[in-house]
Amino acid sequence: MGCVKRLRTAPFVGWALFSAAGSVNNPGMKLTKEQLLVNYRKMRMIRSFEEKLNELVNSGRLGGFLHLSIGQEAVAAGVCAHLSERDYVSTTHRGHGHCIAKGVRVKGMMAELFGRSTGLCKGKGGSMHIADMDQGMLGANGIVGAGIPLATGAALTCKLKKTGGVAVAFFGDGASNQGQFHEALNMASNWKLPALYVVENNGWGEFTPTEFVVPVRDIAVRADSYAMRSAIADGNDFFDVYEKAGEAIAAARAGEGPTLLECKTYRYMGHYVGDPLAYRPPGEVDRWKNEHDALTGFESRVKADGVIEDMELRRIDEEVVEELSAAVADAENDPVPAVEALYEDVYAKE
Amino acid sequence: MSETRRITYRDAIREALSEALTKDERVFLMGEDVGRYGGAYACSKGLLEEFGEERIRDTPLSESGFTGAGIGAALAGMRPIIEVMTVNFSLLCLDQIVNNAATLRHMSGGQFSVPVVIRMATGAGRQLAAQHSHSLENWYAHVPGLRVLAPATVVDARGMLWSALECPDPVIIFEHAMLYNEEGDIASEGPWTADIDHAAVRRDGDDATLITYGGSLPKTLAAANSLAEDGISCDVIDLRSLRPLDRERIVASVVKTHRAVIVDEGWKTGSLAGEVSAQITESAFFDLDAPVERVCTAEAPIPYAQHLELAALPSEEKIVAAVRKALRI
Repeated sequence: MGCVKRLRTAPFVGWALFSAAGSVNNPGMKLTKEQLLVNYRKMRMIRSFEEKLNELVNSGRLGGFLHLSIGQEAVAAGVCAHLSERDYVSTTHRGHGHCIAKGVRVKGMMAELFGRSTGLCKGKGGSMHIADMDQGMLGANGIVGAGIPLATGAALTCKLKKTGGVAVAFFGDGASNQGQFHEALNMASNWKLPALYVVENNGWGEFTPTEFVVPVRDIAVRADSYAMRSAIADGNDFFDVYEKAGEAIAAARAGEGPTLLECKTYRYMGHYVGDPLAYRPPGEVDRWKNEHDALTGFESRVKADGVIEDMELRRIDEEVVEELSAAVADAENDPVPAVEALYEDVYAKE
Repeated sequence: MSETRRITYRDAIREALSEALTKDERVFLMGEDVGRYGGAYACSKGLLEEFGEERIRDTPLSESGFTGAGIGAALAGMRPIIEVMTVNFSLLCLDQIVNNAATLRHMSGGQFSVPVVIRMATGAGRQLAAQHSHSLENWYAHVPGLRVLAPATVVDARGMLWSALECPDPVIIFEHAMLYNEEGDIASEGPWTADIDHAAVRRDGDDATLITYGGSLPKTLAAANSLAEDGISCDVIDLRSLRPLDRERIVASVVKTHRAVIVDEGWKTGSLAGEVSAQITESAFFDLDAPVERVCTAEAPIPYAQHLELAALPSEEKIVAAVRKALRI
């Protein structure tokens, strides 16, 4: 028999996989103070939003399956910082962060998660199908890998209509093992589509360590099979993601075709809220939280650069908490959909 | 009477594709071998030269990928026509069709339309054996959110595509492979749109109702002709739309004839014929003078040897026998 893989016993330290970890040429300085604050707010909002959801599920106020991306905020923010309304995004079951980073309002998201008629999807989509057409947010997707062809098709539309737009597919390391990943990337490269494929390698595919099911260390190498450009970013370093996504998106807009961008990051929480997490080696989460947290890293960096004062960040933290409290209060008081809504929107017209 | 011309089912589809590409710049055709080769069933021959490779797009053999991309393009505002070579290969994109195309409108609370048309060949009859002979229309007709069409005539093949493109919902069009060479008369001048909401009565009769669709229509009409020679007259209903089903027209006919025979190339267990039978039982039970009969494909994979394949499939003889059984003669 060949080698028998063992489940992980030592912590997964994704950021240490870089030959030169993180950003070395200080790309943060390309951002204005205002842009830095906007992106800090997004990352803080993603984290606080999901911490709030965790609390709401654990206290029995929210139902369904929730998959949290706490720890991975820098990927969503760093990529979406380059996007506008004309651009499209598809995401996954772990997609709240991408929605928020793309500009989806948390009020509509919260109402959706509460199953209210005021929710983005009128309470019929929930966490795994949250979508916002106005923001080019093509939806979270409950099927691992299924959003990748959708973004590919949106990129094809951008190309055919010559809108100058791009489409970004966010997905995890698990999805990169799906056939749809291969099919879509092959087509996109062959057709030079304005697309960006962002694989968030968070070290875990559901409950199984990535390296247990993937024989390559870097998922980015798979791009070579499609003669596609690739890059690896430190997914917990906003500035590194920002720079590498920026290059890829600029290339896509310039007609140079798609990129596979692997962001090495980490999922602090379980696969879903309620996951007992018995499978994770001790110390792994703490190591990421203490040594390589996306928000802490961002904060130290901007403070060290002397661009932003601590007080300014704390003010944002407070505003975020207030906005979320208001969103929860509104959602709880909003009406639930009428039972007749069950039959609405099955077809354009009945 | 207005002028008509005689064309094949294949030509009807090609004309319909050409017309759609001409009328609406959002329309494009995407699938395996649709461009340079002209389509596995030659339905798109010549279109690449006419419309160029951006709009007649050859894809890799990646059903899930290009069907998903078609759905994504539809979400972003295009009107893609996806050609999946046959229903057999559509199992590779079942996820995209069922989990994405069918659900996106509803689960987004009506934010998204998915105006994609997915065409595919279906059915047996050419000794292609099990993996190339399936009739799985019913699998798709099971799913709310999809519309499923089965043009059985040249006129419907010519008209249904544009009607499907005008529909904001995902539409699957099943073209029975044995129909491509069938000839029929169509009006010389358009418009050639077709009713995609209702069944059509293809023959009038009083003694029994024969209900069928797609590739089984010619066999069913042949059976009705043969029965007519013996003085038995049948209503022949061509369902045309498999989802939604035209319950009203089915029931009206059964109320008139009191007997129903359903002809369906799918396997009998869990078939569309089963659904039609259930609707008749629900809506016309007390009008029936005999149990509903079903002529379906034998419950086995379709075999290669010609006599075995023929033995597996519905045939004129089997339909005649089922009608006689229903009439107890």
